[in-house]
Amino acid sequence: MAARKTTKQPADKPNVSADELKALYKDMLLIRRFEEKAGQLYGMGLIGGFCHLYIGQEAVVVGLEAAAEEGDKRVTSYRDHGHMLACGMDANGVMAELTGREGGYSKGKGGSMHMFSKEKHFYGGHGIVAAQVPLGAGLAFADKYQENGRVTFTYFGDGAANQGQVYETFNMAALWDLPCISVIENNQYAMGTSQQRSTSSAEIYERGKSFGIPGEAVDGMDVLAVKAAGETAVAHCRSGKGPYILEIKTYRYRGHSMSDPAKYRTREEVQKMRDERDPIEQVREMLLTGKHATEDDLKTIDKDIKAVVNESAEFAKNSPEPALEELWTDIYA
Amino acid sequence: MATEILMPALSPTMEEGTLAKWMVKEGDTVKSGDILAEIETDKATMEFEAVDEGVIGKILIAEGTEGVKVNAAIAVLLEDGESADAIVASAPVAEAAPVEAAPAPVAAASAPAAPIVDTSPDWPEGTPMKQQTVREAIREGMSEEMRRDDTVFLMGEEVAEYEGAYKISQGMLAEFGPKRIIDTPITEHGFAGVATGASFAGLRPVVEFMTFNFAMQAMDHIINSAAKTLYMSGGQMGAPMVFRGPNGAAARVGAQHSQDYAAWFMQVPGLKVAMPYAASDAKGLMKTAIRDNNPVIFLENEIMYGKTFDVPDVEDYTVPFGKARIWREGNDVTIVSFGIGMTYALEAADKLAEEGISVEVLDLRTIRPMDTAAIIKSVMKTNRCVTVEEGWPQGSVGSYISSVLMQEAFDYLDAPVINCTGKDVPMPYAANLERHALITTDEVIAAVRQVTYK
Repeated sequence: MAARKTTKQPADKPNVSADELKALYKDMLLIRRFEEKAGQLYGMGLIGGFCHLYIGQEAVVVGLEAAAEEGDKRVTSYRDHGHMLACGMDANGVMAELTGREGGYSKGKGGSMHMFSKEKHFYGGHGIVAAQVPLGAGLAFADKYQENGRVTFTYFGDGAANQGQVYETFNMAALWDLPCISVIENNQYAMGTSQQRSTSSAEIYERGKSFGIPGEAVDGMDVLAVKAAGETAVAHCRSGKGPYILEIKTYRYRGHSMSDPAKYRTREEVQKMRDERDPIEQVREMLLTGKHATEDDLKTIDKDIKAVVNESAEFAKNSPEPALEELWTDIYA
Repeated sequence: MATEILMPALSPTMEEGTLAKWMVKEGDTVKSGDILAEIETDKATMEFEAVDEGVIGKILIAEGTEGVKVNAAIAVLLEDGESADAIVASAPVAEAAPVEAAPAPVAAASAPAAPIVDTSPDWPEGTPMKQQTVREAIREGMSEEMRRDDTVFLMGEEVAEYEGAYKISQGMLAEFGPKRIIDTPITEHGFAGVATGASFAGLRPVVEFMTFNFAMQAMDHIINSAAKTLYMSGGQMGAPMVFRGPNGAAARVGAQHSQDYAAWFMQVPGLKVAMPYAASDAKGLMKTAIRDNNPVIFLENEIMYGKTFDVPDVEDYTVPFGKARIWREGNDVTIVSFGIGMTYALEAADKLAEEGISVEVLDLRTIRPMDTAAIIKSVMKTNRCVTVEEGWPQGSVGSYISSVLMQEAFDYLDAPVINCTGKDVPMPYAANLERHALITTDEVIAAVRQVTYK
């Protein structure tokens, strides 16, 4: 199958009910508010090390999670907070991991970049750029081996797309018809290097062509377009046709990590994206103009989400540091 | 209620910074994401964004101020309708939270008490034995485990249709089929990652590297993905898998195909490292490795594949990890070795016996966990120790053993420990140079003479 650019126009052909639209709005807003709070806690010195925020990219993971079924797997890079919230992991546990506390998903031993949840089929949180790509194919390999009909979402960035192991994986995934979706979250900057300066061809989704893997480009600021593309990809994988590539064009508002001054792009560029393409504002507009929600409804949603986020911050501040004995546990099973 | 805007930490190491420029003034309305100020850290000038919405009630720190501590209040934000008069004079400049003193190191490396050593025999007396090569023993170990657990599979280059570059997997495709004996493309980094991912999801992969030299391409997945995930996930998921293949020098294949990686892998917490010498251990350790819930590095040796040993002819023969094997008891000196190094150790011991020097020979069998108790116990008897391995000298397995003996058995040593290792050079191709680059039995004998002053 040839790579193609998506032409879906979800505004004309909505693929969600009003309730689903509201749910997408809530899920994206939770990520936005959670990440703002994480940024604030980082500023206060409560979160250490590296902290990569997902602000601006919310529609990618929320749209795809709407296309996933129970038991499907996901694995991603170090920019992972959004993925964890979207797959249903508890905000308290995620925030407490960010502060390195006992109540965190990894008991404080993983941190922002290394978090996992067996229960939610979330396989990390990986700090080495593109390492999650063969790992994700391995998860899909296990699903195929066990014939359980599950698919795996492997998320990686436009920067990771230049690592050799991505193509080693494409080859094996196509050769063995592995049910894995490569989700390339193209936020246009590999840390500080723009796509034009790092990537020989603009269309990353076409890179599966030589392996026979279909790919499509998707507007990643439009959560309905992402969901629709996700459904196509999932159906393809689930029917045993092998891997699929989604290049989702998105944008990160914040720096690469908290310590990135982001001098490689203009403030105007960021502002323009925020003003004109914000994924959350778009859905907000849809809800209001479609009369699926009133301003008051949305205020209530906002308030509820703030409460969840504030509670997670309180939990993360008050959860104790791990006991010193934890230094020596979980090295061997 | 008015809230204080605090000086943010903008890098992992920032403790204070310069408030270079205010981008807002008192009375301005701000919303989440607006740039409030530019702050200079030790690394860069950063834009500082608002998190909450409101009106800038008062600026507490003037622009241009240097050395503003992290977490000091720099401005006050008012909620809608709140008056600036409401600002209660807050405490001047909040002190940054003191950095907590690092906890005192936990006494984890404290010396063990008198060594407790498991000296039980590997098989009871009278056990029926069979003759088997190391190659057959490895194959039998893998095949038995594949019969008892269908989550076990073998993947690697040429393992299926070609039946193994070194014929380890001969006949296995016929028995187990292509679903479980899987030929991979030549893509070590990729298939090591795929296998590790499969292990996260509950399978038990056995990954064959055609030789361990090629595992260098897969090092990131072995260390960062397989060895560390159990810890990083707080015990939720790990990598129950085996990475195996020939390791060390074969013959006349030059520098890039002739390296012993025992010391490299031995260093990594989260990995286990087995390096058998005899066929019985190759089989018993392989079965234990496949059942182990951790990533195991299983280092074989091409020269050993064809050597024949006695192997217990019993159902389900396993060898525990972390238990050294005493091949020969002696009183004058202890030689510690593993893998092909045992060839030199045993040969030297035979020759030295003719001269009346009684050598105790220990085969570690697993390098991690390492049976240091057995080494210490033996050295408490012989008071002398020589280590033998083919790997390079700096940071060798032997140098670790030396340090353990220094720290835990110093009073029992009558001579410095000598490490016999391969020479500190890349492996040459020329036959004569290669012979000299490897360890020789004569060197082991000379080392024993040196520590026994004979």
